[in-house]
Amino acid sequence: MSGAQRGTARAAPTVAAATLAQRIPDGALLALAPDYSGCALAVVRELIRRPARGLRLLGVPQLGLQADLLIGAGCVAEVETAALSLGEHGLAPAFLRAATAGTIVIRDSTCPAIHAGLTAAERGVPFLPLCGVLGSDLVRWRKDWRVIDDPFPPGRPILLVPALRPDVALFHVERIDAAGNAWVGVRRELMTMAHAARTTLVSAEAASAENLLADATLAAGTLPGLYVTATAVVPHGAAPTGCGKLYPRDDAVYARYAERAATAGGFARFLDAWLAGDDVLAA
Amino acid sequence: MRGWPVTTFSRRELLITTIAGLLDGCGHVAVGAASPVPAAGALLARELGGGRPRVSLLGGLRDNPFTDGSRELFDCAAQGRVDAFFLGGAQIDGEGNVNLLGLGPYPALTRRFAGCFGAPFMATVVQRLILFREDHDPRCLVERVDFVTAAGGRPCHLLTGMALFRFDAGRFVLESLHPGASLDELRSRTGFAFAVTEPCTTTSLPSPGTLALLRGPVRAALAEVYPRAAATLGPS
Repeated sequence: MSGAQRGTARAAPTVAAATLAQRIPDGALLALAPDYSGCALAVVRELIRRPARGLRLLGVPQLGLQADLLIGAGCVAEVETAALSLGEHGLAPAFLRAATAGTIVIRDSTCPAIHAGLTAAERGVPFLPLCGVLGSDLVRWRKDWRVIDDPFPPGRPILLVPALRPDVALFHVERIDAAGNAWVGVRRELMTMAHAARTTLVSAEAASAENLLADATLAAGTLPGLYVTATAVVPHGAAPTGCGKLYPRDDAVYARYAERAATAGGFARFLDAWLAGDDVLAA
Repeated sequence: MRGWPVTTFSRRELLITTIAGLLDGCGHVAVGAASPVPAAGALLARELGGGRPRVSLLGGLRDNPFTDGSRELFDCAAQGRVDAFFLGGAQIDGEGNVNLLGLGPYPALTRRFAGCFGAPFMATVVQRLILFREDHDPRCLVERVDFVTAAGGRPCHLLTGMALFRFDAGRFVLESLHPGASLDELRSRTGFAFAVTEPCTTTSLPSPGTLALLRGPVRAALAEVYPRAAATLGPS
């Protein structure tokens, strides 16, 4: 993708993205998707511009670029996740700096524990049992987890994880409609996030003129507007992460970020360029 | 590795072939993200088995069957529907514990990595667990991990660029040495004690037929998820 193309989708979508960002209060428990799912980067940019403070991020079940940007920009107080990295582009530099400096609280978890916590919340129960995991040092360190003897025979030890109820779930999808329905396809962790969260904010590439639930083929992969608090059309709103089959992750930007963000000064230059809407490859 | 003989296949192809052998008889093999060599091993097992095992590659499209989001792999594994899974590890110790999280005393780690991912869970629910590291580094193969991400103590295999071990009765036992490695060299490069059964065998080499599958349909299927790794398949 050229720098010129990047520039074209800037002005109007910024306003739309800001309408969602303003609904995320400082200090919120904010559920975010991994880089391979649906990431609302344009909204994250508005959070950083504000700048948001004291956010508690929840990775569903892991996090990538958007979390590293938020952490590096000083918007984050806590992170609960199964992992935080740039995937093939390596470890997350701002996260590691903050971890070393002790400026964020890290609640290390594992993918199925996060899924179980969200599933408990979407079912309205206070906790869920989870098989496995016993023997991991995570169980020793997570004081909010419990190991009990299964009350049913044969009564083996089993892990309980408490419900995870995010204040806000934020993600990006290909399509929304006027009723607030959002098509997530097979990225159903987005649906789980929305079911579990008090507030769900969805940015989308485009608005569908038809109700997404009217078509049975689409309905199965559609999050009903029942769970959606607000939507905004933000073309290219996931970039530089990818958006389904519409556009892939921008590996050149990831590589540039990984290289730049290796130092705090380089991170700041990258962030300034990104916030200004300049070509980050030149940052 | 020093002393690696000039052959018509690469070390990576030997590892892939060895993985395929370990998957013999499996019905469903799942492979996590960023695991090109295990993915190739699983795809090779599928070719050798005429379509069995079923292979699920996270991060893939054609070979990723999951439609219920990222929790489905774990739900599926919890029920015993995943027969084999792979774990890497920044550290692997003599009890079979795996550490993915970081080095030093937790929580004040001296070096942190990405996180635990699904490892604590998958290691405890999957029937056939295969620990895999392409290099064989004494800094990684340690007596005791700094943080137990995934608990050991259960049967599994450990495959490195130098040797294949199996975990049995509370310790690793050398199953075979790859060609070009000596037992002395292996001992000096392994931070934990392991048992050796005499005579020490050499890892089976890939047959020409296996190499043809590997460089044909396996490479093609691998390229969809791991284009760079697929391009490396071929003689060294």
